[in-house]
Amino acid sequence: MILLDAQHASRRSQVQRLHIDWPLLTGLLLLVGSGLLVLYSASGGNLDMVLRQLTRLGIAFALLLVFAQMPPEVLRRWAPLLFGLGLVLLLAVLTMGDVGKGAQRWLDLGVVRFQPSEMMKIAVPLMVAWYLAETPLPPPLRRILVGVAIFAIPALLIARQPDLGTALLIISAGTFVLLFAGLPWRLLSFTALLAIPAMLTLWHFGMHDYQRRRVLTFINPENDPLGAGYHIIQSTIAIGSGGLYGKGWLNGTQSHLEFLPERHTDFIFAVLGEEFGLLGILLLLALYLFIILRCLYITSRAQDTFTRLLAGGLTMTFLVYVFVNIGMVTGLLPVVGVPLPLVSYGGTSMVTLMASFGMLMSIHTHRKLLKT
Amino acid sequence: MFRGAPLRNPQWENHLFRRRVIVAALFSGALLAFVIIRLVYLQVVNHEHYTTLSRNNRVDIQPLAPTRGLIYDRNGVIVAENQPTFSLEVIPERIDDMEATLTAIRELIAVSDNDMERFRQILRRKRRFEEIPLRLRLSDEEVARVAVNRYRLPGVEIKSRLARDYPLGPLLAHTLGYVGRIDERELQQLDISNYAATAHIGKTGVEKSYESELHGRVGYQQVETNARGRVLRVLERTPPVPGRNLHLNIDVRLQQATQEAFGEEHGALVAIDPRDGAVLALVSLPSFDPNLFVNGIDSASYNALANSREQPLFNRALNGQYPPGSTIKPLYALLGLETGEIRHDTQIWDPGFYMLKGDERRYRDWKKEGHGWVDFNKSIVESCDVFYYDLALTLGIDRMSEFMRAFGFGLPTGIDLTGEAAGLMPSREWKRRAHRQPWFPGETLITGIGQGFTLATPLQLASSTATLANFGQHLSPSVVATIEEPGSGPRSPLMVRELPPVRVVDNTNWQRTHRAMINVVHSPTGTARGINRNLPYTIAGKTGTAQVFGIKQDEEYVVEDVAKHLRDHALFIAFAPAEKPRIAIAVIVQNGGGGGAVAAPIARKVMDTYLLDSDGKLREEFK
Repeated sequence: MILLDAQHASRRSQVQRLHIDWPLLTGLLLLVGSGLLVLYSASGGNLDMVLRQLTRLGIAFALLLVFAQMPPEVLRRWAPLLFGLGLVLLLAVLTMGDVGKGAQRWLDLGVVRFQPSEMMKIAVPLMVAWYLAETPLPPPLRRILVGVAIFAIPALLIARQPDLGTALLIISAGTFVLLFAGLPWRLLSFTALLAIPAMLTLWHFGMHDYQRRRVLTFINPENDPLGAGYHIIQSTIAIGSGGLYGKGWLNGTQSHLEFLPERHTDFIFAVLGEEFGLLGILLLLALYLFIILRCLYITSRAQDTFTRLLAGGLTMTFLVYVFVNIGMVTGLLPVVGVPLPLVSYGGTSMVTLMASFGMLMSIHTHRKLLKT
Repeated sequence: MFRGAPLRNPQWENHLFRRRVIVAALFSGALLAFVIIRLVYLQVVNHEHYTTLSRNNRVDIQPLAPTRGLIYDRNGVIVAENQPTFSLEVIPERIDDMEATLTAIRELIAVSDNDMERFRQILRRKRRFEEIPLRLRLSDEEVARVAVNRYRLPGVEIKSRLARDYPLGPLLAHTLGYVGRIDERELQQLDISNYAATAHIGKTGVEKSYESELHGRVGYQQVETNARGRVLRVLERTPPVPGRNLHLNIDVRLQQATQEAFGEEHGALVAIDPRDGAVLALVSLPSFDPNLFVNGIDSASYNALANSREQPLFNRALNGQYPPGSTIKPLYALLGLETGEIRHDTQIWDPGFYMLKGDERRYRDWKKEGHGWVDFNKSIVESCDVFYYDLALTLGIDRMSEFMRAFGFGLPTGIDLTGEAAGLMPSREWKRRAHRQPWFPGETLITGIGQGFTLATPLQLASSTATLANFGQHLSPSVVATIEEPGSGPRSPLMVRELPPVRVVDNTNWQRTHRAMINVVHSPTGTARGINRNLPYTIAGKTGTAQVFGIKQDEEYVVEDVAKHLRDHALFIAFAPAEKPRIAIAVIVQNGGGGGAVAAPIARKVMDTYLLDSDGKLREEFK
């Protein structure tokens, strides 16, 4: 073990003290910038909307910086508390939350309205990683079961709000942490088999009518051309008619004639597809892939079990986020109301995402100055 | 094979973890590849197909308006229905030269400047592919003229719509209210998708308060349209669900009888069934034709209605607040008995005026020479003022205020119509808050004869009369009786809403009060004796006169000298048959003069209509 050269350290300290991972930050900035471009078109040239989004981005990047300064050890210490608080808030939402757009998701704290389910997107991978890091990997079956319970309980609470999209994201976050911890593949395939009867039960007893309708609509969009089916029909037309090169910025007919619903939020990807074509989409996907691979690199360089599991879980949640949104807009997946991360208009998801990127940067930059 | 590694094995953990990270990277790549394949399929393979869909064949979703529920009176007479009308609609997207098209249309049919102005306003707001009505209520001839010339008017269409129609016009205007075009403010509070095809919404009256029942649920059709936007075929159709029908408690015959009995006079009448609070009649005169409002009233007609001195748009029955005058004397008399401050045989001497100790002012009786010795019965029958000055002073404003609030004075009745006024029952606390002054004894005196600050709506007077008739059972008045599922489906009656009842110590006090009120009509000295001729049932009533014009201490009130709009309001409250009350009425004739002479005959006429059959005998069901 040798201490790093003190002089060397001081020369780099100015930059290092910020605890920023420059490649990741560059990727995020490029993504966010192209997102604003698309948003300007999707909002029908509404500069106010773009400015509001820009303000949110500013806040979110500030949060990223704050989290990047926090050593992983701090996160680890706070994990159980954060998770416990999240659970309490979720219960509070179910009993006395505000009903917005027909679902109970918001908690009114007087000054701000707050979605505890959003906070759980970070708290769940933190908690599962904290729990699994206590013992050597791979975890024994008992530990795996407790780990499943850690994400299943909040997921159930969130599904009851009802917010299927977020519940799925939380389940996948937890599952990915388990997978990074070395969950045996056999166990995973066994669970997948079990999932079939479980899903049937869910269908019959656990779903709201509108959720069932969404699943049915996914299987056959023509079924319900007014609600979600209309979304899918119109978004596939928008993307398909975009072709290789697209119709050009601000020239999407589907979106500007207002055929396309939710075009600046959940369905913004369709606007991109229509106006910039396959080439534009490939560029965006390349950016996403770059960010994900960079995060996986960070994951692989992480030094202890907790940070490894946390980094892996956060990264894969981001991937699922991207995939679920694009899958939904292109008609591969049912419409579950997940925004396109860092591009869709709206503040809540952006804040949590930036916070998790901040954690990833912190993991990467707070390396112990040791060498084995 | 992974089971149980008792000690940490960093080497093995690193190895396992690195493999998992590689799997994760491969998985990410695979998912994105999957998405890209789908995108290539959409954007390259099927590009032509989707371009056609997007450019030439647009899948359009058209909302279908539900049919608004019908409204019937208690005997099944239809009072609000839907009539087909034709309107001329323009779709801007399909028109190359808007001005030329508008000129061409104006050559064919008459389009007023008002219509043009409204059209241009909507044109700016609506999306280009949405149709905008230019002219409503086309005649058959106009429809034919446009139809013949349609080939040279692309983007111009004749639409058949159902328009709300009130066959009885002004007769129920203040009760039913009317529907009108949805305005900007309402648009922000609506469930937009459910009103996607609806142009009208209830603005006042029953149409407003039962909007959610009457409206129904929107339907949709998915249609394929060509490049010019014409519908090629309907792909899918979800029919709209019509609104529910309403059956009112209102009896159109009573409305009619009221209107006839009022003649040229203005005022209001409310009739309530004391047993369940059913509103049998609710009239405010003068009235207006609600049909004018359905398709947008032009500003000249609207200004004429709104600025008229006769205020036809003002709902006097619900919002008119009048001093109740002597009509509330029976309630104070009842309170006097209840508190033991007077007995039914307590007598006082009325010299024609009343004076407070240490005060020069004379509180006058309406009868200048006085009523002489007056007891409980005579005080109501002859409406002696001095008796109530004395009683009020003994009772004090606190007890009076509390008791009157129990009868609903100063509080909304809770009727199922929006916007009723609450009236005013003064109290010490109110005076301090509203006027920043203490309560003066003189104010208690005039409160005792229903003057001063006290204000009540005709609805409140009818409701309190029903409560009095029904021995204190206090119910919220209801205009709608039952709600019927569309297509004459099952009917569900609305609940009777009970308010806290008025409790008395001695039930014979109710009878004594009723008895005295019967004498108002049936005894030879009663103030409403004029209506007892050939009366096959008993009426219990009380007349009242509300001062509009303050007269000075030494002046005489001479009817002929006072301009019509400054004359007293005539009031009458009554219920019948007195032994088994089935109808309670409050009438107010604005600037009518005396209650007994002007208001009471109107009540009698309405009661006759309700209670008697065609031979002039009491109907079986009311015996």
